[in-house]
Amino acid sequence: MSKAKVGIVVFPGSNCDHDAYFAFKDILKVDTKFLWHKEGNIGDRNLIILPGGFSYGDYLRCGAIARFSNLMSDIINFANNGGVVIGICNGFQILCETGLLPGVLLKNKNLQFICKTVSLTVENNKSIFTGNCEIKEVINIPIAHGEGCYFCDDNILMELISNNQILFTYNDNPNGSLYNIAGIQNIKRNILGMMPHPERAADEILGNTDGIKILSSVVESFE
Amino acid sequence: MFIAKIKITLRSSILDPQGKAVEGSLKSLGFDKIIDTRIGKYIELKIDTDKKDEAENIAGQACKKLLANQVMENYEFDLIKSDGG
Repeated sequence: MSKAKVGIVVFPGSNCDHDAYFAFKDILKVDTKFLWHKEGNIGDRNLIILPGGFSYGDYLRCGAIARFSNLMSDIINFANNGGVVIGICNGFQILCETGLLPGVLLKNKNLQFICKTVSLTVENNKSIFTGNCEIKEVINIPIAHGEGCYFCDDNILMELISNNQILFTYNDNPNGSLYNIAGIQNIKRNILGMMPHPERAADEILGNTDGIKILSSVVESFE
Repeated sequence: MFIAKIKITLRSSILDPQGKAVEGSLKSLGFDKIIDTRIGKYIELKIDTDKKDEAENIAGQACKKLLANQVMENYEFDLIKSDGG
């Protein structure tokens, strides 16, 4: 039985919070709660999800304002002390804005909001986020973003590669991301940021459960 | 009081697809002498102090902490003395 206690952070403008809740609570049967962004701390939660959406209307830059919300300072402490945090889509943008993950997510190269299922390669399965995947396994996960073009400078890219921090790459790069990057972990390997939405590929009734491989990996890491 | 007029621009190494799209549109209108287009942001802050040093420090901190993401953006600002209004 997993000891994971999932906390899904809800910002004004989050819109994948309920999908994430459903995936963890109803499909994976894990203790799951919402955390309103104005709360002062994460309480007893030990697995924090920053869900997709348009926090604060994406004003200024995606994730820039959410980064300074009340709850985020506790999440930053939690993450810096080894706590497990997953940022999906807007959550990934927030993690980059906080500096918990390196780099930035720019406007898609073709300027379009892209909403479709894409094919990813799992580049590293020696992580708590990909333990249930095979190395180089191809999984299909939906994306839905206008600002998902990952960018960092050359030095950071070399670090990401040499430290095996790149977990997922696009097989047919939809947004212009550097090095086809779709998802990365931090160097301490407790924080994941990814643009694709595993929680949207979690229920058999929707015809694709590849996302469960990622979500169940991290849940089982708490056993 | 000072007004900080802040310009935030994408760093030159960063591709600006929005600028490119606008440039294409300008070209199709016949502006063939325009050879590059970059899009940025303009922000104005009213800062309640009479000391220019302090206003400069506040505007600089605001840019560093929130208004610009220096991984991808540069910022610059002018300070204009204002008597309110």
